[in-house]
Amino acid sequence: MSPPLEWYLLFSAALFSIGLVGVLVRRHVLIIFMSVELMLNACNVALVAFGRHLNTLTGQNFVVFVVTVAAAEAAVGLGLILALSRHKDTVDVGEMDILKH
Amino acid sequence: MEAYLWIIPLAPLIAFLVNFLLGRRMTDAATGLFATGSVAVSLLLSVLVFVQLDPEHVLNIELYSWIPSGAFQVGVGAYVDQLTSLMLLVVTSVSLLVHVYSIGYMRGDSGYYRFFSYLPLFTFSMLMLVLSNNFLQLYVFWEAVGVCSYLLIGFWYTRASASNAAMKAFIVNRVGDFGFGLGVVLIFVTFGTLAYADVFARAEDVAAGTLTVITLLLFMGSMGKSAQWPLHTWLPDAMEGPTPVSALIHAATMVTAGVYLVARANPLFEAAAGTLTVVAVVGLVTALLGATIGLVQNDIKRVMAYSTISQLGYMFFALGMGAYVSAIFHLFTHAFFKALLFLGAGSVMHGLNGETDMRRMGGLRRYMPQTFATLLIGSLALAGVPPLAGFWSKDEILGLAFIEHQYWIYGLGTLASFFTAFYITRLMALTFLGSPRFDTETIHPHESPRSMTVSLWTLAGLSVVAGFVGAPPEAGFIHRFLAPVFEHGPEATAEHAGGFTTEVLLLMLTATTVSVLGIVLGLAVYAWRTPALDPAVWGRRLRPVYNMLVHKYYYDELYDSLFVRTSRALGGGLWRFDARVVDGAVNGMARSVSDTGGTMRRLQTGLVGNYALAISLGLVALVAYLFFQV
Repeated sequence: MSPPLEWYLLFSAALFSIGLVGVLVRRHVLIIFMSVELMLNACNVALVAFGRHLNTLTGQNFVVFVVTVAAAEAAVGLGLILALSRHKDTVDVGEMDILKH
Repeated sequence: MEAYLWIIPLAPLIAFLVNFLLGRRMTDAATGLFATGSVAVSLLLSVLVFVQLDPEHVLNIELYSWIPSGAFQVGVGAYVDQLTSLMLLVVTSVSLLVHVYSIGYMRGDSGYYRFFSYLPLFTFSMLMLVLSNNFLQLYVFWEAVGVCSYLLIGFWYTRASASNAAMKAFIVNRVGDFGFGLGVVLIFVTFGTLAYADVFARAEDVAAGTLTVITLLLFMGSMGKSAQWPLHTWLPDAMEGPTPVSALIHAATMVTAGVYLVARANPLFEAAAGTLTVVAVVGLVTALLGATIGLVQNDIKRVMAYSTISQLGYMFFALGMGAYVSAIFHLFTHAFFKALLFLGAGSVMHGLNGETDMRRMGGLRRYMPQTFATLLIGSLALAGVPPLAGFWSKDEILGLAFIEHQYWIYGLGTLASFFTAFYITRLMALTFLGSPRFDTETIHPHESPRSMTVSLWTLAGLSVVAGFVGAPPEAGFIHRFLAPVFEHGPEATAEHAGGFTTEVLLLMLTATTVSVLGIVLGLAVYAWRTPALDPAVWGRRLRPVYNMLVHKYYYDELYDSLFVRTSRALGGGLWRFDARVVDGAVNGMARSVSDTGGTMRRLQTGLVGNYALAISLGLVALVAYLFFQV
């Protein structure tokens, strides 16, 4: 007998919140990037849980896509971070405020 | 007559256009001759009009429809009757002589071509004014001569006094023209048309009260243009313009437009109740006011300006008595002898390097015999010495007042006539008699060139003979000639026949005696220097009166404090209101937007974290809302 759906959803929500707080409060750009990944995976947990609950494979299909896209995104994102850190000579998001101008 | 009538105003208009547009590249002689030639053409054709005039029927031509707008139909046309014809003669002849005179007088002036374009422009406007066949055309050219007057008073515009005088003339005239404009509107409202022929034909069908309002408004225009009390203050200042301008515009023609207006609209004035009394009173007050101020002025042109005001007053009280022919007769003779006096004064100034103060003249008779002789004729004509022009016309007005039992008009008019004889004698004595009061070492007075003396002699000749068209009184040529124009006037129905009756001869004798008395007194004071009549002593003895006259009854001071200062204060106040309240509101609006933007701008930190936080909080709020709503 597997645990009920709510547990999975609560777990997913907790994971998402941790990721969100990480994005908001951390200053290191890499940590923020990893927090975003955490939020993505929280979504994946919720999708799989729903797929199981509704007895369909659509959720798991979706997750496979998300993982694929996340891998590509990680490659692009890490590249951007690298370029940015070289350009600005810092990895602190507090310094990256050129949108203001 | 229709074939050439339109050339009369067209010729000076062409001269204006050519001289104004091309004058800079033409030689001075060419511009002067061209302008003079054009006016000569007008004069010739005016004589032709006079000769060919059909006494039985008024020529009323509609040249073209100017404003065809529903019921409001206004054309440009010509209305030629005896009055028009006479005015054409006066305007073109004086204008021609002034043009000829100016060729010499203005020689060497840097604005020569400008002068000879404004002068034909004025002549054109004045001719169109006289030729008008409806009130709107009259009004437009009434304003046009005002503009020309403005341009010519301010001809030497680099002098502050000239440009101020020009503005004063224009603004004072606005006061009168405001009334005139309202009068024209009211004529249209009342009659539904502005054409003379229709309006005059129906004058008697309209309530007398309405006509009183209309005629009083029209008369306001006359008061402004003809410098009648209390709008007389602009004319003496207008002497800032070149002297030929003073002769043509501010003595002979434009200022008589007010007299022409009343005479032209005589059917309206006759049918209106009470207006003619106002006209008579204003005229009488002006005649006395001008003559008394003229007694003490020291500027030769100003004496003549006040003389003009006073003589115009005579014309108006003649109109007020219903003696239209006498008024026009006086206009006719006055045009010649006053133009002569002004041109003579110009000749004196020309010989004295522009000096106008009579206290620095004297003894000029030896230096300028021709100017002296012609001015003497003009002065005697003004003083009313028989048989010169002024005697016939002015004394006819006074005589009429007596015959019509208007004794107070007669008495005051005769008093003014005495003053007139006195001040013109004073002017002549101070200028030409005695010994020179200028520095004979540095100033060498000389007689004026031929082109100027020719005009002087011609006008002198006219001043001698012009009076005979009105002799004998009330039965002369001019009375028979103008009778059809004023067929509704009291003159047409008067019981006395005119001519040399015993009464008329006695009146003539009285008038001549008064004039001679004035002249003798003037000579006694200023030429023979009788010790008992020393002007300095009498000036001290009659100090309050003297001061009042020297300050021209304080009208300038009164108007300055009453109107000029208040309107300046009002203007200043409105300007401050505009600068602070109106502009303040607009600027304040802009500033508040800018300030709001500046405040809001701080929200945009450029830090992605802040934006993300805002998005998250928004999301949480949205979800919470949806969650709790269900």
